[in-house]
Amino acid sequence: MFRVTVDGAERWARTGQTAAAVLLAAGRASWRTTRGGRPRGIFCGIGVCHDCLVVVNGVPDVRACWRVVEAGDRIETQEGARLPCLPPETGAGTTPGAAREVTVPVVVVGAGPAGLAAALAAAGAGARVTLVDDGERPGGQFLRQAADGPARGAAVRAVQEHPRIAWLPGSTVWALEPGGGPPSGTQDRTDAGWTVHVLQGPADAPGRTAHTLRTAALVLCTGAYDRALPFPGWDLPGVVTAGAAQALAKGQRTAIGRRVVVSGTGPFLLPVASSLLTVGARVLGVYEAGSPAAWLRTPVAALRDGHAKLPELLTYAARLARHRVPYRTRQAVVAAHGRDRVEAVTVARLTPEWQISPGSERRIEDVDAVCVGYGFTPQLELALAAGCALRDNTWVAVGARQQTSVPGVYAAGEPTGIGGAALAAAEGELAGLAAAHWAEHRGDAAGWAPADVVARGPAARRRVLAGRRFARLLAAAHPVRDGWHTWLGEDTLVCRCEEVPYGVLRTAVGERGPDASDGLAADGMCTFKLTTRVGLGPCQGRICARNAAGLCGPGTLPDPQTADRRPIAQPVRLADLAAPGPEPRATTALDPTALDPGAPDPAAPYREDPT
Amino acid sequence: MRQGSPYPPPRPPYPDVVVVGSGIIGAACAEALTRRGVRVTVLDRAPLASGTTAHGEGNLLVSDKPPGPELDLALASSARWPRLLAELGEELGEELGTGLAERCEYETKGGLVVALGEAGARALAGFTAAQRAAGVTAREVGPHDVHAYEPHLAPGVRAAVHYPQDAQVQPVAAAAALLDAVRRRGGILRAGVRALGVERGPGGRVTALRTSAGTLPCGAVVNACGPWAGRFAGEAGAPLPVQPRRGLVLVTAPLPPGTVRHKVYDADYVGAVGSGDADLRTSTVVEATRGGTVLIGSSRERSGFEERFRVAVLRELARKATALFPVLGHVPVIRAYGGFRPYTPDHLPVIGPDPRLPGLWHATGHEGAGIGLAPATGELLAQLYAGEPPCLDPEPYRVARPGLAAEEARCSA
Ligand SMILES: Cc1cc2nc3c(=O)[nH]c(=O)nc-3n(C[C@H](O)[C@H](O)[C@H](O)COP(=O)(O)OP(=O)(O)OC[C@H]3O[C@@H](n4cnc5c(N)ncnc54)[C@H](O)[C@@H]3O)c2cc1C
Ligand SMILES: Cc1cc2nc3c(=O)[nH]c(=O)nc-3n(C[C@H](O)[C@H](O)[C@H](O)COP(=O)(O)OP(=O)(O)OC[C@H]3O[C@@H](n4cnc5c(N)ncnc54)[C@H](O)[C@@H]3O)c2cc1C
Ligand code: FES
Repeated sequence: MFRVTVDGAERWARTGQTAAAVLLAAGRASWRTTRGGRPRGIFCGIGVCHDCLVVVNGVPDVRACWRVVEAGDRIETQEGARLPCLPPETGAGTTPGAAREVTVPVVVVGAGPAGLAAALAAAGAGARVTLVDDGERPGGQFLRQAADGPARGAAVRAVQEHPRIAWLPGSTVWALEPGGGPPSGTQDRTDAGWTVHVLQGPADAPGRTAHTLRTAALVLCTGAYDRALPFPGWDLPGVVTAGAAQALAKGQRTAIGRRVVVSGTGPFLLPVASSLLTVGARVLGVYEAGSPAAWLRTPVAALRDGHAKLPELLTYAARLARHRVPYRTRQAVVAAHGRDRVEAVTVARLTPEWQISPGSERRIEDVDAVCVGYGFTPQLELALAAGCALRDNTWVAVGARQQTSVPGVYAAGEPTGIGGAALAAAEGELAGLAAAHWAEHRGDAAGWAPADVVARGPAARRRVLAGRRFARLLAAAHPVRDGWHTWLGEDTLVCRCEEVPYGVLRTAVGERGPDASDGLAADGMCTFKLTTRVGLGPCQGRICARNAAGLCGPGTLPDPQTADRRPIAQPVRLADLAAPGPEPRATTALDPTALDPGAPDPAAPYREDPT
Repeated sequence: MRQGSPYPPPRPPYPDVVVVGSGIIGAACAEALTRRGVRVTVLDRAPLASGTTAHGEGNLLVSDKPPGPELDLALASSARWPRLLAELGEELGEELGTGLAERCEYETKGGLVVALGEAGARALAGFTAAQRAAGVTAREVGPHDVHAYEPHLAPGVRAAVHYPQDAQVQPVAAAAALLDAVRRRGGILRAGVRALGVERGPGGRVTALRTSAGTLPCGAVVNACGPWAGRFAGEAGAPLPVQPRRGLVLVTAPLPPGTVRHKVYDADYVGAVGSGDADLRTSTVVEATRGGTVLIGSSRERSGFEERFRVAVLRELARKATALFPVLGHVPVIRAYGGFRPYTPDHLPVIGPDPRLPGLWHATGHEGAGIGLAPATGELLAQLYAGEPPCLDPEPYRVARPGLAAEEARCSA
């Protein structure tokens, strides 16, 4: 335990505690006001929404849910936009040191179930691997570690002990560039490798340590974040995503509230309610907007493909039953009420199209937290920055080896489709094997033998296929229906950052006439954004873009690729960006013969792991 | 009206003119033409105004231009922008029209050019003297007064010049306002249709535009394809040396109002604008937007239509911005975006009819100043089309000028 201050008052903090957990423990539901004066606290819980911004040690715009506090930290409320308070003599002169450069065959971004499996598989195949994650401990979401407990999960321990895996904790990949990788011995433009730009240190702090990783193969396991649908009052402090409640419970052993309502759709609501119970919250009800038993209509398929997931879900269901938590289907929280924080909610029965059944609304009083989750949105920044093609305009398209459309780039886990931890791990294993293989044999056509990779991973591939079948069953059972549009009022914010209400959005679309085919209705997201300001704030549309697109009618919006194209994947302080970078390097080897590693034997199996 | 026009219109319902490209330039041409009663169709292969116009900044600058034809166009445009927005507002009527300038975020905030070094200060002094002679208002600001203009500017500024004529506009909102006027006047806007080439009649004149949605008979075609204008000109059979010159912009988190008050840039901007170097050139322009974010632009590189960014370019922008405004050092950058400026070898736009292909017109090649130059460009093109006396000497912008010829020969070879 050590001391920090919250708006001048001293507080105790634990090792690994986030600023958000410290603030919640101090009884604060909000610690920021928007430029429009609305109170804000934690919302997404995992660094995506930028609602939780706070001033730490005089530096504003620090995500409280991500920042792990240190002894003596000064935490202050952030009102509106603020400039950093710096001693006058600092500034241009304080540019941090040059980046540390490392050349490594395989870089894995993200240490969730997918990234852990990828790193272990690639290292097991003989490759040196650097594993990067912005968390302090490996695990990602599903395997989120308690901040101060022992390592949980074999993979989490294994990556930290493996001699060929370098684990970079607390490290954010903020940009990727093609080229600059280790020489491949060929002149092929497509295998010039990748340069990965990393900042390591306390989240959003200025002067973090820069690393430049030069790699032959890149495995992107960047996970996903909750989708939250807007409803009146959804921006009140105390309304959070289901994932935020889960991350606080698992990682910080903190309950988001004492009397909590859970609402949304999908099996994820069960573990969230269960974790809330574990940390001592009272769960007043779980409201599932869909009819989740739908997948039980094909019980054979569900049992065949879901054997990894079903027992887990049953455990949660049993715990809810033990605590007599009401679980209601075809119902949802459609409004939250309160002045400076949530105090009550309205729950309503939904029609099959998710409109509110007239007369079915009822208020639940004395609520201090609402957790909403309507599925997940993949984190696509890095995949798009690498130029990977998408499937259905939503997911990273991958082949049988988890290879993307860009040679040398692999993707696994939630960015390729939402399917849970077991599927993510199976995909990660395949991706890791393939990446190691590519790093070794790239540029050598004869050495490129997909069958060879799959030979090591047929079991993983089978698990991937089963996992995807089960994921499809679940997805089909939990669609998001358009009726949610009718929950909104004119003044319900759609974009939380720029505070754009539904009414403004409607006028923008209406003025243009959604069916005037020659009109500006044909505009893409880009134009729409610039005229309404939806998605232009700090979260860069991560929370609102999909919802805004849904509200503006089919075909009018958006081009998700435009919405998701964020070449700076994470905010970077200007002085860190200005820090001297490494010298640009030639992207291809100058003398291919001198660097030829010798023709690898295409049929050679992976080297055995000596450990 | 159309009496002055030497071009016989095709039979209705076909348009007199098809404008290809709905960026700020195409929009300004279509607006100026429809104001004269010309029947116009605007085509864009992409969503409207989503090209370069949606990927740049909205500075309307006279300060960065040395005396010459580009400055003449800029001065004419800078006088035209507020009048144009006022006229369009009036046309829209009481209810919708009021506050159009406000909605387009038109703001005469003025530019402040700053020299941090001795060499820059000397260059700036000579530059402004020449500009004043050409009709630009440029006021010297002493190093001691500069912080009254910009409180957060770095200490040690050697020289600074205030340009009250510099203004800004939100490019997409402005283009949308122009296109709305076109539609209200009966013009047709079509997104998602690509121009593929032209059909020619007996005298070699353009008789129709070939598009991805069929052939569209018309009296004339205006090539306003921005950085893609060279490609379309080639497909039409009249090659034009317009190429992309890429630019990147950094966007900070929202800052308190008044942090950056003018468009502030360092004096070496002047050097980068006039150069055709493929090498990266950056010179920082720092300005605040209505939303509170600060834009830091922009770089200039020739890298074709490459979409992926080089981090070295972002670093260079950040370095120069923090040198001007040290307080920005601890401010987060939340986004980087970029676009492709349409540029010509002699850095002048191409405006007017193509003598090689009667009925084909060009309005393109505005490089990093298309937003600023749009109203005068539209006006000039429409005047030439309608046979009115032009507001500016069109000679320097004509297609058949020596500055384009050599490159053209190379392109067509
Ligand atoms: C908040 C939250 C909590 C969840 N909790 C559960 C749960 O309890 N049970 C359950 O079954 N499912 C849970 N899920 C669903 C979960 O997404 C999957 O079950 C599983 O964790 C997916 O594994 P993954 O490896 O694909 O991604 P994740 O586990 O999400 O791992 C991705 C990792 O990549 C990191 N990352 C992303 N971008 C970068 C970058 N640019 N630089 C550095 N690191 C980066 C992330 O911080 C994260 O640690 C949760 C989801 C969320 C969003
Ligand atoms: C980073 C950056 C910063 C800038 N900052 C400024 C500034 O501050 N001030 C300023 O004045 N200018 C600035 N500019 C320059 C300005 O943006 C451009 O000069 C201007 O937008 C050009 O407009 P345009 O209409 O010619 O081109 P565009 O906006 O690119 O429009 C051309 C249109 O033609 C369409 N098209 C192309 N080919 C076809 C075809 N075959 N068929 C149908 N349609 C087609 C395209 O889809 C596109 O919509 C900046 C540019 C960049 C990149
Ligand atoms: S709650 Fe911290 S970023 Fe969303």
